[in-house]
Amino acid sequence: MIFEEILEQINAHLSDTLVKSIDENASPKAIVIDKSSLDELMIFLHKKDNLYFDSLSCLTGLDNGVEANTMEVIYNLYSIPYDHHLMVKVILERTSPILPTVTSIWKTADWQEREAYDMLGIKFLGHPDLRRILMPADWDGYPLRKDHTDQEYYRGIKIDY
Amino acid sequence: MGLLDQKTGNGGVIVTKFDDLINWARLSSMWPMGFGLACCAIEFMSTASTPYDLDRFGVIPRASPRQSDVMIVMGTVTFKMADRLRRLYEQMAEPRYVISMGSCSNCGGPYWQHGYHVVKGVDRIIPVDVYVPGCPPRPEALIGGLLKLQEKIRQETIVAPVAIEKFLEKEATNDI
Amino acid sequence: MANQVQYIFDDKNLRNSEPQKYKAEDLKSEEMVINIGPQHPSTHGVLRLEVVTNGEEVVEVVPHIGFLHRCFEKHAESIPYNQTIPFVDRMDYLAAMNSEHAYAMGVEKMLGIQDKIPKRVEYIRVLVAELNRLGSHFVALGSYGADTGALTPFFWMLRDREHILRLLEWASGARMLYNYIWIGGLFYDLPVGFEERCSEFITYLKPKLSELEKLFINNKIFVDRTANVGVLPIDLAINAGVTGPMLRGSGLKYDLRKIDGYSVYNELDFDVPVGKGKMGTVGDCWDRTWVRVEECHESIKIIEQCLVGLKGDHKRTRDFDPQELVPKKIRPKAQDLYVRSENPKGELGFFFRADGKSDIPFRCKSRGPSFMNLSVINDIAKGGLIADLIAIVGSIDIVLGEVDR
Repeated sequence: MIFEEILEQINAHLSDTLVKSIDENASPKAIVIDKSSLDELMIFLHKKDNLYFDSLSCLTGLDNGVEANTMEVIYNLYSIPYDHHLMVKVILERTSPILPTVTSIWKTADWQEREAYDMLGIKFLGHPDLRRILMPADWDGYPLRKDHTDQEYYRGIKIDY
Repeated sequence: MGLLDQKTGNGGVIVTKFDDLINWARLSSMWPMGFGLACCAIEFMSTASTPYDLDRFGVIPRASPRQSDVMIVMGTVTFKMADRLRRLYEQMAEPRYVISMGSCSNCGGPYWQHGYHVVKGVDRIIPVDVYVPGCPPRPEALIGGLLKLQEKIRQETIVAPVAIEKFLEKEATNDI
Repeated sequence: MANQVQYIFDDKNLRNSEPQKYKAEDLKSEEMVINIGPQHPSTHGVLRLEVVTNGEEVVEVVPHIGFLHRCFEKHAESIPYNQTIPFVDRMDYLAAMNSEHAYAMGVEKMLGIQDKIPKRVEYIRVLVAELNRLGSHFVALGSYGADTGALTPFFWMLRDREHILRLLEWASGARMLYNYIWIGGLFYDLPVGFEERCSEFITYLKPKLSELEKLFINNKIFVDRTANVGVLPIDLAINAGVTGPMLRGSGLKYDLRKIDGYSVYNELDFDVPVGKGKMGTVGDCWDRTWVRVEECHESIKIIEQCLVGLKGDHKRTRDFDPQELVPKKIRPKAQDLYVRSENPKGELGFFFRADGKSDIPFRCKSRGPSFMNLSVINDIAKGGLIADLIAIVGSIDIVLGEVDR
């Protein structure tokens, strides 16, 4: 099923204004939605019998920088039986990035959301266990943000070269 | 028993310095604690098996720090691992030696510039005896590093040098 | 000039940096917490497992990772596309050529030159990637033997891997971390005589694999240790993002080389082995190990076909330059791209965001297969014994460089 047909299905069964814009340049093609419609859309994409996106390949958190003042979370979905791809982008504000979780739909989102929280500080509401996964628990700050500067010392050891 | 007989002559009696005997015993049976962190650990595994055998040097990898003499730090040391590394180093019994294998544990390696979670050299955490460069070092390089450590052990002495003792005495009397 | 020791010791350092999930008060009176710590001979690297047990039976496993977090994504955001190739190598250090292949494919797609790559370059890329796949599976099988107590397969597999490393060293200059597959081509062409030596190696290898199967895979002790242990049902596997031999061991015929048909894989003829539950249930540890051995056979088939192609249709010519399409400045237009490929461990994916203004990626996220595969360990190890837990971790075949990136 190609991108236009997927878009048609979404517009037909859910509200027309759900998809804020589409990005034809991306590969696979992407739709941009608002975070309030995330739950509805994801459950629809997972459960509808001719879409059936049963695998969440990759969940990426992204920081657009201090001037643009937005952060994004990008979901790459893939359907194993029907062999179609979709990319879903959600734009959040940078000062307090909060988003509902999709752990109840795909179990793989558990660790990936923890990693997005660890690296960028994006909080996911309803996550069973949101804590740092890759960095030490007493590290200051979120490393992948564009304005992050490292602390000077950790346990007395100089961080820079 | 041919070689030993030739060396000791009739009667099987060896006369040597105490230092030489102890150093020879220590350097011919260095048992490393396997502290394999990253890619260098795979090269160590290759060195320990055919065709670059490590067993011919008396090197047997042991899992526990209490049973080992030398700690070979193989791979990138991160800040999260730094606490555990220090704890394991302090559990080793003296005399203990440390070989830093690979660029990441020598100086931070390829991650020196933007690696916020990488310790720039394991010698910021524990004192190191021999550095083996490479990314990852070839098995021959690692064996060279082990032989260099053997040379270092050969120079050791268990008797404090007389000159240093006199110097320390003089310092102590001067301070009072 | 050596650094000074700067570490400051404190009692609470360990607990503060990676706190335990379960304290003594949270447990029932017959349970206890055992820590299979980061330094352990059979955790395949620095992985910490906090195991809550009831005697010998496992109640819950909490994996703690991050001990090898080397900030790949920060490096990828600070240096140009072609300079990131050595860092991509070091993520999954056992299958470096496959990771480089995926990254190079992604950037070439962004630049739009993926159809112009000469066929000889593509065949060489597939050849070295499959050789590296063999190498990675050899280490997986050998160390799985060492975990379950069989040391002989470990030495046999590392001996055979030495031959592969020497071939790859002849081609690229390094034994393990190659920096060979560049964006737009290769670093250097294959040396003269490589194809003949490679065919000799393949003839040497085939009886060794059947020896391995007789000694290790069909050995009654190994079968008793791994059959019916760690069964992964297929719906849990798909939902949890498990890919690669783990998913194929659970019965789903899903191989990205067949589905996407990237590079020249759609011109080559090979099969996709799937776990059938021959010695126990479908999806247990034995099935996953058997899938890896069968994949070694399939890789040998692919290598033979590549060698035929490299000696025949696409043989070396005097004016062939593998670096002719390597761009001087890599500046893709602004776009988002997700590229995926079949690593020996699973589906390796890269998500790129290029902003069209510079030759440094705005964001590059790597989806490591071992990271997803490790997340199911709680569900499949519950209810087993502690020795079964070691067998399960070995059968997942994780590489910590990829889990922590």
